Amino acid sequence: MSAAVMDYDEALAAFDPVMGLEVHVELSTASKMFCGCSTAFGAPPNTQTCPVCLGLPGALPVVNRTAVESAIRIGLALNCSIAEWCRFARKNYFYPDMPKNYQISQYDEPIAFDGWVEVDVDGEPFRIEIERAHMEEDTGKSLHVGGSTGRIHGASHSLLDYNRSGVPLIEIVTKPITGAGARAPEVARAYVAHLRDLLRALGVSDVRMEQGSLRCDANVSLRPDPAAPLGTRTETKNVNSLRSVERALRYEITRQAALLREGTPVTQETRHWHEDTGTTTAGRSKETAEDYRYFPEPDLVPVAPSREWVEELRATLPEQPHLRRKRLLAEWGYTELEMRDVVSSGALELIEQTVAAGCAPQAARKWWVGELARRANETGSELDALPISPAQVAQLQQLVEAGTINDKLARQVIEGVLAGEGEPAEVVESRGLAVVSDDDALGAAVDAAIAANPDVAEKIRGGKVQAAGALIGAVMKQMRGQADAARVRELILARLG
Amino acid sequence: MALTPEDVAKLAALARIDLTGEELQHLAPQLEGILEAVASVQQVADADIPPTSHALPLTNVFRPDEVRPSLPREDVLAGAPAAEEDRFRVPRILGEEA
Repeated sequence: MSAAVMDYDEALAAFDPVMGLEVHVELSTASKMFCGCSTAFGAPPNTQTCPVCLGLPGALPVVNRTAVESAIRIGLALNCSIAEWCRFARKNYFYPDMPKNYQISQYDEPIAFDGWVEVDVDGEPFRIEIERAHMEEDTGKSLHVGGSTGRIHGASHSLLDYNRSGVPLIEIVTKPITGAGARAPEVARAYVAHLRDLLRALGVSDVRMEQGSLRCDANVSLRPDPAAPLGTRTETKNVNSLRSVERALRYEITRQAALLREGTPVTQETRHWHEDTGTTTAGRSKETAEDYRYFPEPDLVPVAPSREWVEELRATLPEQPHLRRKRLLAEWGYTELEMRDVVSSGALELIEQTVAAGCAPQAARKWWVGELARRANETGSELDALPISPAQVAQLQQLVEAGTINDKLARQVIEGVLAGEGEPAEVVESRGLAVVSDDDALGAAVDAAIAANPDVAEKIRGGKVQAAGALIGAVMKQMRGQADAARVRELILARLG
Repeated sequence: MALTPEDVAKLAALARIDLTGEELQHLAPQLEGILEAVASVQQVADADIPPTSHALPLTNVFRPDEVRPSLPREDVLAGAPAAEEDRFRVPRILGEEA
Protein backbone atom coordinates (compact mmCIF):
# COMPACT_ATOMS: atom_id res chain seq x y z
CA MET A 1 0.00 0.00 0.00
CA SER A 2 2.81 2.38 -0.77
CA ALA A 3 1.42 5.80 -1.57
CA ALA A 4 1.98 7.56 -4.87
CA VAL A 5 5.09 9.69 -5.01
CA MET A 6 6.27 12.34 -7.42
CA ASP A 7 9.66 12.28 -9.10
CA TYR A 8 12.05 14.19 -6.79
CA ASP A 9 13.25 16.73 -9.35
CA GLU A 10 9.69 17.37 -10.45
CA ALA A 11 8.59 17.81 -6.82
CA LEU A 12 11.36 20.34 -6.21
CA ALA A 13 10.52 22.23 -9.38
CA ALA A 14 6.93 22.65 -8.15
CA PHE A 15 7.43 23.13 -4.40
CA ASP A 16 9.72 24.74 -1.83
CA PRO A 17 10.46 22.46 1.16
CA VAL A 18 10.71 23.81 4.71
CA MET A 19 12.19 21.55 7.39
CA GLY A 20 12.29 21.50 11.16
CA LEU A 21 14.59 19.03 12.87
CA GLU A 22 14.25 17.73 16.41
CA VAL A 23 17.27 15.84 17.63
CA HIS A 24 17.19 13.90 20.89
CA VAL A 25 20.52 13.22 22.53
CA GLU A 26 20.92 10.78 25.39
CA LEU A 27 23.54 12.12 27.77
CA SER A 28 26.32 9.79 28.85
CA THR A 29 25.96 10.50 32.56
CA ALA A 30 26.50 7.57 34.90
CA SER A 31 23.09 7.94 36.55
CA LYS A 32 19.63 8.96 35.38
CA MET A 33 18.23 12.49 35.17
CA PHE A 34 16.25 12.43 38.41
CA CYS A 35 17.44 9.33 40.29
CA GLY A 36 20.57 7.27 40.95
CA CYS A 37 19.75 4.33 38.65
CA SER A 38 22.48 3.40 36.20
CA THR A 39 22.14 4.44 32.55
CA ALA A 40 24.35 1.63 31.19
CA PHE A 41 23.11 0.35 27.84
CA GLY A 42 22.18 -3.30 27.36
CA ALA A 43 21.43 -4.36 30.96
CA PRO A 44 18.81 -7.11 31.53
CA PRO A 45 15.26 -5.64 31.41
CA ASN A 46 13.96 -3.73 34.44
CA THR A 47 17.16 -4.10 36.48
CA GLN A 48 17.90 -0.34 36.46
CA THR A 49 14.74 1.09 37.96
CA CYS A 50 13.66 2.55 41.29
CA PRO A 51 10.61 4.24 42.82
CA VAL A 52 11.47 7.56 41.11
CA CYS A 53 11.78 6.32 37.51
CA LEU A 54 8.89 3.90 37.99
CA GLY A 55 6.70 6.73 39.19
CA LEU A 56 5.77 5.02 42.45
CA PRO A 57 3.66 7.12 44.83
CA GLY A 58 5.64 9.44 47.06
CA ALA A 59 8.91 9.16 45.15
CA LEU A 60 10.61 12.51 44.58
CA PRO A 61 12.97 13.39 41.72
CA VAL A 62 16.24 15.29 42.24
CA VAL A 63 18.10 16.82 39.29
CA ASN A 64 21.45 15.36 38.19
CA ARG A 65 23.96 18.20 38.33
CA THR A 66 26.18 16.78 35.58
CA ALA A 67 23.18 16.55 33.24
CA VAL A 68 22.48 20.27 33.76
CA GLU A 69 26.15 21.05 33.08
CA SER A 70 26.01 19.02 29.88
CA ALA A 71 22.83 20.81 28.83
CA ILE A 72 24.46 24.20 29.36
CA ARG A 73 27.63 23.16 27.50
CA ILE A 74 25.53 21.90 24.60
CA GLY A 75 23.60 25.17 24.59
CA LEU A 76 26.82 27.19 24.54
CA ALA A 77 28.31 25.05 21.76
CA LEU A 78 25.16 25.78 19.73
CA ASN A 79 25.70 29.52 20.27
CA CYS A 80 22.56 29.70 22.42
CA SER A 81 21.66 32.05 25.23
CA ILE A 82 21.46 30.25 28.57
CA ALA A 83 18.36 30.90 30.67
CA GLU A 84 18.98 32.78 33.90
CA TRP A 85 16.03 30.98 35.45
CA CYS A 86 13.98 28.10 34.10
CA ARG A 87 11.69 25.34 35.28
CA PHE A 88 10.83 21.80 34.44
CA ALA A 89 7.31 21.01 33.29
CA ARG A 90 5.07 17.98 33.23
CA LYS A 91 3.99 16.77 29.83
CA ASN A 92 0.89 14.70 30.50
CA TYR A 93 -0.02 11.79 28.31
CA PHE A 94 -1.16 8.22 28.74
CA TYR A 95 1.18 5.79 27.11
CA PRO A 96 2.84 2.84 28.79
CA ASP A 97 6.39 3.97 27.88
CA MET A 98 6.16 6.34 30.88
CA PRO A 99 4.87 4.72 34.06
CA LYS A 100 4.13 8.11 35.65
CA ASN A 101 1.67 9.08 32.88
CA TYR A 102 3.74 12.18 32.36
CA GLN A 103 7.22 12.98 31.18
CA ILE A 104 9.30 15.58 32.99
CA SER A 105 10.41 18.00 30.31
CA GLN A 106 10.73 21.73 29.80
CA TYR A 107 8.02 23.71 28.09
CA ASP A 108 8.16 27.48 27.65
CA GLU A 109 11.38 27.93 29.64
CA PRO A 110 14.12 25.89 27.95
CA ILE A 111 17.61 26.00 29.47
CA ALA A 112 19.09 27.16 26.12
CA PHE A 113 17.54 29.16 23.28
CA ASP A 114 18.19 31.28 20.18
CA GLY A 115 21.37 29.73 18.81
CA TRP A 116 22.80 28.80 15.44
CA VAL A 117 25.21 26.42 13.78
CA GLU A 118 26.95 26.59 10.47
CA VAL A 119 27.11 23.23 8.75
CA ASP A 120 29.12 22.14 5.75
CA VAL A 121 27.01 20.99 2.80
CA ASP A 122 29.31 19.75 0.04
CA GLY A 123 31.93 22.30 0.92
CA GLU A 124 29.53 25.22 1.25
CA PRO A 125 28.49 26.68 4.59
CA PHE A 126 24.77 26.60 5.48
CA ARG A 127 23.52 28.37 8.57
CA ILE A 128 20.83 26.72 10.66
CA GLU A 129 19.05 28.64 13.41
CA ILE A 130 18.46 26.83 16.69
CA GLU A 131 15.17 27.52 18.42
CA ARG A 132 15.96 25.83 21.72
CA ALA A 133 17.66 23.00 23.56
CA HIS A 134 15.81 21.68 26.59
CA MET A 135 16.23 19.00 29.24
CA GLU A 136 13.91 16.05 29.63
CA GLU A 137 13.90 12.35 30.47
CA ASP A 138 13.86 9.40 28.09
CA THR A 139 11.00 6.90 28.01
CA GLY A 140 10.98 3.12 28.48
CA LYS A 141 11.30 0.66 25.63
CA SER A 142 8.29 -1.24 24.26
CA LEU A 143 8.32 -4.65 22.67
CA HIS A 144 5.20 -5.53 20.71
CA VAL A 145 4.19 -9.17 20.84
CA GLY A 146 2.01 -11.13 18.46
CA GLY A 147 2.36 -8.87 15.42
CA SER A 148 4.16 -10.33 12.45
CA THR A 149 6.90 -7.73 12.34
CA GLY A 150 7.36 -6.63 15.95
CA ARG A 151 5.34 -3.50 15.24
CA ILE A 152 2.21 -2.36 17.03
CA HIS A 153 0.01 -3.18 14.10
CA GLY A 154 -1.54 -6.58 14.76
CA ALA A 155 0.16 -7.01 18.15
CA SER A 156 -1.74 -8.82 20.88
CA HIS A 157 0.02 -7.06 23.75
CA SER A 158 3.17 -5.11 24.58
CA LEU A 159 6.05 -5.61 27.01
CA LEU A 160 7.82 -2.75 28.74
CA ASP A 161 11.40 -2.38 29.94
CA TYR A 162 11.90 0.77 32.04
CA ASN A 163 15.71 0.73 32.18
CA ARG A 164 15.79 3.65 29.73
CA SER A 165 13.02 5.56 31.44
CA GLY A 166 14.54 8.60 33.12
CA VAL A 167 17.83 8.62 31.21
CA PRO A 168 18.77 12.30 30.66
CA LEU A 169 17.83 13.60 27.26
CA ILE A 170 18.47 16.91 25.55
CA GLU A 171 16.11 17.85 22.76
CA ILE A 172 17.56 20.26 20.22
CA VAL A 173 15.00 21.98 18.00
CA THR A 174 15.77 24.06 14.92
CA LYS A 175 13.81 27.03 13.68
CA PRO A 176 12.16 26.39 10.30
CA ILE A 177 14.96 25.69 7.82
CA THR A 178 14.24 27.57 4.61
CA GLY A 179 16.27 28.24 1.49
CA ALA A 180 17.71 24.73 1.20
CA GLY A 181 15.64 23.93 -1.91
CA ALA A 182 16.52 20.66 -3.58
CA ARG A 183 19.42 20.20 -1.16
CA ALA A 184 17.05 20.02 1.84
CA PRO A 185 17.66 16.30 2.56
CA GLU A 186 21.44 16.80 2.30
CA VAL A 187 21.27 19.84 4.57
CA ALA A 188 19.37 17.78 7.15
CA ARG A 189 21.95 15.01 6.97
CA ALA A 190 24.82 17.48 7.24
CA TYR A 191 23.15 19.09 10.26
CA VAL A 192 22.73 15.80 12.12
CA ALA A 193 26.33 14.82 11.25
CA HIS A 194 27.47 18.23 12.52
CA LEU A 195 25.60 17.75 15.80
CA ARG A 196 27.05 14.26 16.16
CA ASP A 197 30.61 15.58 15.77
CA LEU A 198 29.96 18.51 18.06
CA LEU A 199 28.39 16.36 20.80
CA ARG A 200 31.16 13.82 20.54
CA ALA A 201 33.77 16.57 20.86
CA LEU A 202 31.91 17.86 23.93
CA GLY A 203 32.07 14.36 25.41
CA VAL A 204 28.45 14.56 26.61
CA SER A 205 27.00 11.60 24.70
CA ASP A 206 27.96 8.38 22.95
CA VAL A 207 26.03 9.76 19.94
CA ARG A 208 25.39 6.27 18.57
CA MET A 209 22.44 6.47 16.23
CA GLU A 210 22.20 2.68 15.95
CA GLN A 211 21.85 2.41 19.76
CA GLY A 212 19.38 5.28 19.88
CA SER A 213 21.57 7.70 21.82
CA LEU A 214 21.11 10.20 18.96
CA ARG A 215 17.67 10.27 17.34
CA CYS A 216 16.20 12.59 14.77
CA ASP A 217 12.57 13.50 14.13
CA ALA A 218 12.26 15.24 10.78
CA ASN A 219 9.44 17.71 10.13
CA VAL A 220 8.86 18.84 6.58
CA SER A 221 6.23 20.80 4.72
CA LEU A 222 5.91 22.05 1.17
CA ARG A 223 4.73 25.38 -0.19
CA PRO A 224 4.34 26.50 -3.79
CA ASP A 225 7.11 29.11 -3.52
CA PRO A 226 9.33 30.73 -0.89
CA ALA A 227 6.94 33.68 -0.51
CA ALA A 228 3.93 31.50 0.32
CA PRO A 229 2.86 30.74 3.90
CA LEU A 230 4.12 27.48 5.44
CA GLY A 231 2.28 24.35 4.37
CA THR A 232 1.00 21.56 6.62
CA ARG A 233 3.87 19.53 8.05
CA THR A 234 4.40 15.93 8.94
CA GLU A 235 6.85 14.64 11.54
CA THR A 236 8.78 11.51 10.60
CA LYS A 237 10.10 9.40 13.45
CA ASN A 238 12.27 6.28 13.67
CA VAL A 239 15.02 7.85 11.56
CA ASN A 240 18.05 6.05 12.94
CA SER A 241 21.01 6.78 10.71
CA LEU A 242 22.45 9.69 8.76
CA ARG A 243 21.52 7.98 5.55
CA SER A 244 17.93 7.52 6.76
CA VAL A 245 17.64 11.23 7.58
CA GLU A 246 18.34 12.02 3.96
CA ARG A 247 16.23 9.21 2.51
CA ALA A 248 13.23 9.79 4.77
CA LEU A 249 13.06 13.48 3.91
CA ARG A 250 13.48 12.80 0.24
CA TYR A 251 10.64 10.28 0.36
CA GLU A 252 8.36 12.52 2.41
CA ILE A 253 8.90 15.43 0.02
CA THR A 254 7.94 13.29 -2.98
CA ARG A 255 4.89 11.88 -1.13
CA GLN A 256 3.57 15.26 -0.07
CA ALA A 257 4.19 16.67 -3.55
CA ALA A 258 2.08 13.92 -5.10
CA LEU A 259 -0.78 14.65 -2.67
CA LEU A 260 -0.67 18.40 -3.22
CA ARG A 261 -0.48 17.99 -6.98
CA GLU A 262 -3.74 16.07 -7.00
CA GLY A 263 -5.36 18.58 -4.67
CA THR A 264 -5.38 16.39 -1.54
CA PRO A 265 -4.35 18.30 1.59
CA VAL A 266 -1.44 16.92 3.64
CA THR A 267 -2.60 15.62 7.03
CA GLN A 268 -0.66 16.92 10.01
CA GLU A 269 0.50 13.70 11.64
CA THR A 270 3.38 11.66 12.95
CA ARG A 271 4.76 9.26 10.35
CA HIS A 272 7.09 6.31 10.77
CA TRP A 273 10.11 5.68 8.60
CA HIS A 274 10.65 2.12 7.42
CA GLU A 275 14.28 1.46 6.58
CA ASP A 276 13.48 -1.75 4.66
CA THR A 277 10.92 -0.30 2.25
CA GLY A 278 12.28 3.24 2.17
CA THR A 279 8.82 4.67 2.88
CA THR A 280 6.87 6.33 5.70
CA THR A 281 3.48 5.31 7.05
CA ALA A 282 0.95 7.28 9.07
CA GLY A 283 0.99 7.12 12.86
CA ARG A 284 -1.25 8.96 15.26
CA SER A 285 -2.65 12.37 14.37
CA LYS A 286 -0.51 14.80 16.22
CA GLU A 287 -1.71 15.98 19.60
CA THR A 288 -1.72 19.72 20.05
CA ALA A 289 0.43 21.22 22.77
CA GLU A 290 -2.73 21.98 24.79
CA ASP A 291 -3.57 18.30 24.88
CA TYR A 292 -0.41 17.66 26.87
CA ARG A 293 -1.64 20.03 29.60
CA TYR A 294 1.87 21.18 30.50
CA PHE A 295 2.29 22.70 33.94
CA PRO A 296 5.34 23.55 36.08
CA GLU A 297 6.75 20.44 37.75
CA PRO A 298 5.89 20.92 41.43
CA ASP A 299 8.45 18.34 42.63
CA LEU A 300 11.47 20.19 41.21
CA VAL A 301 12.61 23.69 42.07
CA PRO A 302 13.75 26.04 39.27
CA VAL A 303 17.23 25.88 37.76
CA ALA A 304 18.97 29.26 37.86
CA PRO A 305 22.51 28.93 36.52
CA SER A 306 24.69 31.80 37.75
CA ARG A 307 26.59 33.66 35.04
CA GLU A 308 29.83 32.61 36.76
CA TRP A 309 28.87 28.96 36.41
CA VAL A 310 27.95 29.45 32.75
CA GLU A 311 31.32 31.12 32.06
CA GLU A 312 33.16 28.32 33.87
CA LEU A 313 31.40 25.84 31.60
CA ARG A 314 32.11 27.94 28.52
CA ALA A 315 35.81 27.65 29.33
CA THR A 316 35.53 23.86 29.04
CA LEU A 317 34.19 23.91 25.47
CA PRO A 318 36.35 22.12 22.92
CA GLU A 319 37.42 23.69 19.65
CA GLN A 320 34.40 24.05 17.34
CA PRO A 321 34.43 21.35 14.65
CA HIS A 322 34.55 23.79 11.72
CA LEU A 323 37.44 25.72 13.25
CA ARG A 324 39.22 22.47 13.98
CA ARG A 325 38.82 21.43 10.35
CA LYS A 326 40.29 24.74 9.23
CA ARG A 327 43.28 24.34 11.54
CA LEU A 328 43.93 20.74 10.50
CA LEU A 329 43.61 21.67 6.82
CA ALA A 330 46.46 24.13 7.29
CA GLU A 331 48.54 21.81 9.46
CA TRP A 332 48.23 18.85 7.15
CA GLY A 333 48.52 20.75 3.88
CA TYR A 334 45.45 19.13 2.35
CA THR A 335 43.45 20.70 -0.45
CA GLU A 336 39.84 21.74 0.24
CA LEU A 337 38.68 18.81 -1.86
CA GLU A 338 40.83 16.32 0.04
CA MET A 339 39.55 17.68 3.34
CA ARG A 340 35.95 17.37 2.16
CA ASP A 341 36.50 13.70 1.28
CA VAL A 342 38.10 13.13 4.67
CA VAL A 343 35.17 14.70 6.53
CA SER A 344 32.47 13.01 4.48
CA SER A 345 34.05 9.60 4.92
CA GLY A 346 34.21 10.15 8.68
CA ALA A 347 38.02 9.87 8.75
CA LEU A 348 38.99 13.16 10.38
CA GLU A 349 39.57 11.87 13.89
CA LEU A 350 41.12 8.64 12.66
CA ILE A 351 43.63 10.57 10.57
CA GLU A 352 44.35 12.92 13.46
CA GLN A 353 45.19 9.92 15.65
CA THR A 354 47.21 8.27 12.88
CA VAL A 355 49.25 11.43 12.42
CA ALA A 356 49.72 11.62 16.19
CA ALA A 357 51.11 8.06 16.00
CA GLY A 358 53.85 9.33 13.69
CA CYS A 359 52.38 8.94 10.20
CA ALA A 360 52.70 11.59 7.49
CA PRO A 361 49.32 13.36 6.94
CA GLN A 362 49.12 12.52 3.23
CA ALA A 363 49.90 8.85 3.82
CA ALA A 364 47.33 8.69 6.64
CA ARG A 365 44.74 10.22 4.34
CA LYS A 366 45.59 7.81 1.53
CA TRP A 367 44.99 4.73 3.70
CA TRP A 368 41.83 5.88 5.48
CA VAL A 369 40.03 7.52 2.56
CA GLY A 370 41.29 4.95 0.04
CA GLU A 371 41.73 1.29 0.88
CA LEU A 372 40.12 1.36 4.32
CA ALA A 373 37.07 3.41 3.23
CA ARG A 374 36.63 0.94 0.37
CA ARG A 375 36.65 -2.00 2.76
CA ALA A 376 34.26 -0.27 5.17
CA ASN A 377 31.93 0.33 2.24
CA GLU A 378 32.11 -3.29 1.18
CA THR A 379 31.16 -4.55 4.62
CA GLY A 380 28.62 -1.77 5.21
CA SER A 381 30.33 -0.66 8.41
CA GLU A 382 31.44 2.75 9.62
CA LEU A 383 35.11 3.56 9.11
CA ASP A 384 35.77 3.82 12.85
CA ALA A 385 34.20 0.39 13.40
CA LEU A 386 36.84 -1.38 11.28
CA PRO A 387 39.04 -3.61 13.45
CA ILE A 388 42.20 -1.65 12.68
CA SER A 389 43.56 1.16 14.86
CA PRO A 390 45.19 4.45 13.85
CA ALA A 391 48.39 3.18 15.50
CA GLN A 392 48.31 0.09 13.26
CA VAL A 393 47.87 2.23 10.16
CA ALA A 394 50.85 4.33 11.23
CA GLN A 395 52.87 1.13 11.70
CA LEU A 396 51.82 -0.06 8.25
CA GLN A 397 53.07 3.16 6.69
CA GLN A 398 56.38 2.81 8.57
CA LEU A 399 56.81 -0.62 6.99
CA VAL A 400 56.18 0.91 3.55
CA GLU A 401 58.65 3.73 4.15
CA ALA A 402 61.29 1.32 5.45
CA GLY A 403 60.92 -0.60 2.18
CA THR A 404 59.82 -3.76 3.98
CA ILE A 405 56.59 -3.79 1.95
CA ASN A 406 55.25 -1.83 -1.00
CA ASP A 407 51.74 -0.37 -1.37
CA LYS A 408 50.41 -3.48 -3.04
CA LEU A 409 51.66 -5.76 -0.28
CA ALA A 410 50.39 -3.26 2.27
CA ARG A 411 46.86 -3.95 1.08
CA GLN A 412 47.36 -7.62 1.89
CA VAL A 413 48.70 -6.63 5.29
CA ILE A 414 45.52 -4.59 5.88
CA GLU A 415 43.49 -7.63 4.94
CA GLY A 416 45.40 -9.66 7.54
CA VAL A 417 44.99 -7.06 10.28
CA LEU A 418 41.26 -6.80 9.57
CA ALA A 419 41.03 -10.59 9.72
CA GLY A 420 42.50 -10.49 13.23
CA GLU A 421 45.91 -11.88 12.34
CA GLY A 422 47.71 -9.41 14.59
CA GLU A 423 49.85 -6.30 14.21
CA PRO A 424 51.02 -5.29 10.69
CA ALA A 425 54.58 -6.55 11.33
CA GLU A 426 53.19 -9.90 12.46
CA VAL A 427 51.05 -10.20 9.34
CA VAL A 428 54.10 -9.45 7.14
CA GLU A 429 55.96 -12.19 8.97
CA SER A 430 53.23 -14.83 9.04
CA ARG A 431 52.07 -14.27 5.48
CA GLY A 432 55.64 -13.91 4.14
CA LEU A 433 54.84 -10.58 2.53
CA ALA A 434 58.17 -8.74 2.83
CA VAL A 435 59.62 -7.23 -0.31
CA VAL A 436 62.62 -9.09 -1.73
CA SER A 437 65.61 -6.77 -2.27
CA ASP A 438 68.23 -9.50 -2.10
CA ASP A 439 70.39 -9.15 -5.26
CA ASP A 440 70.83 -12.89 -5.81
CA ALA A 441 67.10 -13.62 -5.85
CA LEU A 442 66.30 -10.49 -7.86
CA GLY A 443 69.19 -11.01 -10.27
CA ALA A 444 67.93 -14.43 -11.26
CA ALA A 445 64.46 -13.03 -11.93
CA VAL A 446 65.92 -10.11 -13.92
CA ASP A 447 67.99 -12.47 -16.08
CA ALA A 448 64.91 -14.59 -16.74
CA ALA A 449 62.87 -11.52 -17.74
CA ILE A 450 65.58 -10.33 -20.14
CA ALA A 451 65.81 -13.75 -21.70
CA ALA A 452 62.03 -13.92 -22.15
CA ASN A 453 61.78 -10.43 -23.69
CA PRO A 454 64.74 -10.02 -26.06
CA ASP A 455 63.11 -7.25 -28.10
CA VAL A 456 62.48 -5.12 -25.01
CA ALA A 457 66.03 -5.73 -23.86
CA GLU A 458 67.28 -4.57 -27.26
CA LYS A 459 65.34 -1.31 -27.00
CA ILE A 460 66.89 -0.58 -23.61
CA ARG A 461 70.36 -1.34 -24.93
CA GLY A 462 69.59 1.14 -27.71
CA GLY A 463 68.97 3.85 -25.07
CA LYS A 464 65.17 3.59 -24.60
CA VAL A 465 65.38 3.49 -20.82
CA GLN A 466 61.63 3.91 -20.29
CA ALA A 467 61.09 0.47 -21.82
CA ALA A 468 62.52 -0.92 -18.55
CA GLY A 469 59.00 -0.70 -17.13
CA ALA A 470 57.91 -3.76 -19.10
CA LEU A 471 60.79 -5.80 -17.65
CA ILE A 472 60.12 -4.55 -14.11
CA GLY A 473 56.52 -5.68 -14.58
CA ALA A 474 57.67 -9.12 -15.68
CA VAL A 475 59.94 -9.45 -12.65
CA MET A 476 57.14 -8.32 -10.33
CA LYS A 477 54.79 -10.87 -11.79
CA GLN A 478 57.34 -13.62 -11.39
CA MET A 479 57.94 -12.63 -7.75
CA ARG A 480 54.24 -12.23 -6.96
CA GLY A 481 54.59 -8.50 -6.36
CA GLN A 482 57.18 -8.88 -3.66
CA ALA A 483 60.18 -7.46 -5.52
CA ASP A 484 61.77 -4.14 -4.57
CA ALA A 485 60.89 -2.25 -7.76
CA ALA A 486 63.64 0.39 -7.42
CA ARG A 487 66.33 -2.24 -6.98
CA VAL A 488 64.98 -4.26 -9.92
CA ARG A 489 65.25 -1.19 -12.13
CA GLU A 490 68.86 -0.63 -11.07
CA LEU A 491 69.72 -4.25 -11.81
CA ILE A 492 68.10 -4.11 -15.28
CA LEU A 493 69.92 -0.93 -16.23
CA ALA A 494 73.22 -2.29 -14.88
CA ARG A 495 72.87 -5.30 -17.16
CA LEU A 496 71.64 -3.47 -20.28
CA GLY A 497 72.89 0.10 -19.91
CA MET B 1 -16.00 31.68 30.79
CA ALA B 2 -18.57 29.15 29.66
CA LEU B 3 -17.49 25.52 29.93
CA THR B 4 -19.58 23.25 27.74
CA PRO B 5 -20.18 19.55 28.36
CA GLU B 6 -18.10 19.05 25.16
CA ASP B 7 -15.09 20.76 26.78
CA VAL B 8 -15.45 18.52 29.80
CA ALA B 9 -15.79 15.46 27.56
CA LYS B 10 -12.50 16.33 25.88
CA LEU B 11 -10.72 16.81 29.22
CA ALA B 12 -12.17 13.55 30.45
CA ALA B 13 -10.92 11.74 27.35
CA LEU B 14 -7.40 13.19 27.81
CA ALA B 15 -7.44 12.08 31.45
CA ARG B 16 -8.88 8.67 30.49
CA ILE B 17 -11.96 9.14 32.67
CA ASP B 18 -15.11 7.58 31.33
CA LEU B 19 -18.03 9.93 32.05
CA THR B 20 -21.72 9.56 31.13
CA GLY B 21 -23.65 12.39 29.48
CA GLU B 22 -25.39 12.99 32.78
CA GLU B 23 -22.11 13.33 34.62
CA LEU B 24 -20.80 15.74 31.98
CA GLN B 25 -23.86 17.95 32.47
CA HIS B 26 -23.33 17.79 36.21
CA LEU B 27 -19.57 18.51 36.14
CA ALA B 28 -19.45 21.32 33.58
CA PRO B 29 -20.94 23.98 35.90
CA GLN B 30 -18.83 22.72 38.82
CA LEU B 31 -15.60 23.11 36.84
CA GLU B 32 -16.80 26.50 35.71
CA GLY B 33 -17.20 27.52 39.32
CA ILE B 34 -13.56 26.55 39.95
CA LEU B 35 -12.41 28.59 36.97
CA GLU B 36 -14.36 31.59 38.23
CA ALA B 37 -12.67 31.31 41.61
CA VAL B 38 -9.25 31.28 39.92
CA ALA B 39 -10.26 34.23 37.75
CA SER B 40 -10.98 36.29 40.85
CA VAL B 41 -7.44 35.61 42.09
CA GLN B 42 -6.11 36.70 38.71
CA GLN B 43 -7.83 40.06 39.13
CA VAL B 44 -5.63 40.74 42.14
CA ALA B 45 -2.46 39.44 40.47
CA ASP B 46 -1.07 42.42 38.62
CA ALA B 47 1.85 42.42 36.19
CA ASP B 48 4.26 43.22 39.03
CA ILE B 49 3.39 40.03 40.91
CA PRO B 50 5.31 37.05 39.53
CA PRO B 51 3.30 33.85 39.24
CA THR B 52 4.20 31.32 41.92
CA SER B 53 4.83 27.70 41.00
CA HIS B 54 6.70 26.66 44.12
CA ALA B 55 6.09 27.43 47.75
CA LEU B 56 9.81 27.38 48.66
CA PRO B 57 12.19 30.13 47.51
CA LEU B 58 14.81 27.61 46.39
CA THR B 59 16.71 27.10 43.15
CA ASN B 60 19.44 24.73 41.95
CA VAL B 61 18.80 21.70 44.10
CA PHE B 62 21.03 19.08 42.54
CA ARG B 63 22.44 15.66 43.28
CA PRO B 64 25.88 14.44 42.17
CA ASP B 65 25.99 12.09 39.18
CA GLU B 66 26.46 8.92 41.20
CA VAL B 67 24.92 5.52 40.61
CA ARG B 68 22.88 4.14 43.50
CA PRO B 69 21.45 0.65 43.79
CA SER B 70 18.26 -0.01 41.85
CA LEU B 71 15.37 -2.11 43.11
CA PRO B 72 15.58 -5.91 42.72
CA ARG B 73 13.67 -6.90 39.61
CA GLU B 74 11.30 -9.21 41.53
CA ASP B 75 10.19 -6.24 43.61
CA VAL B 76 9.81 -4.08 40.52
CA LEU B 77 7.67 -6.61 38.66
CA ALA B 78 5.67 -7.41 41.80
CA GLY B 79 4.00 -4.04 41.23
CA ALA B 80 3.12 -4.79 37.62
CA PRO B 81 -0.43 -5.78 36.72
CA ALA B 82 1.13 -8.60 34.68
CA ALA B 83 4.69 -9.53 33.70
CA GLU B 84 6.23 -11.55 30.89
CA GLU B 85 9.88 -12.07 29.89
CA ASP B 86 10.99 -9.86 32.83
CA ARG B 87 8.96 -6.99 31.43
CA PHE B 88 5.71 -5.22 32.31
CA ARG B 89 2.92 -6.66 30.23
CA VAL B 90 0.30 -4.18 29.01
CA PRO B 91 -2.75 -4.55 26.75
CA ARG B 92 -2.13 -3.85 23.11
CA ILE B 93 -1.64 -0.21 22.30
CA LEU B 94 -4.01 1.19 19.72
CA GLY B 95 -3.74 4.25 17.58
CA GLU B 96 -0.02 4.50 17.14
CA GLU B 97 2.88 2.78 15.49
CA ALA B 98 6.08 2.77 17.48
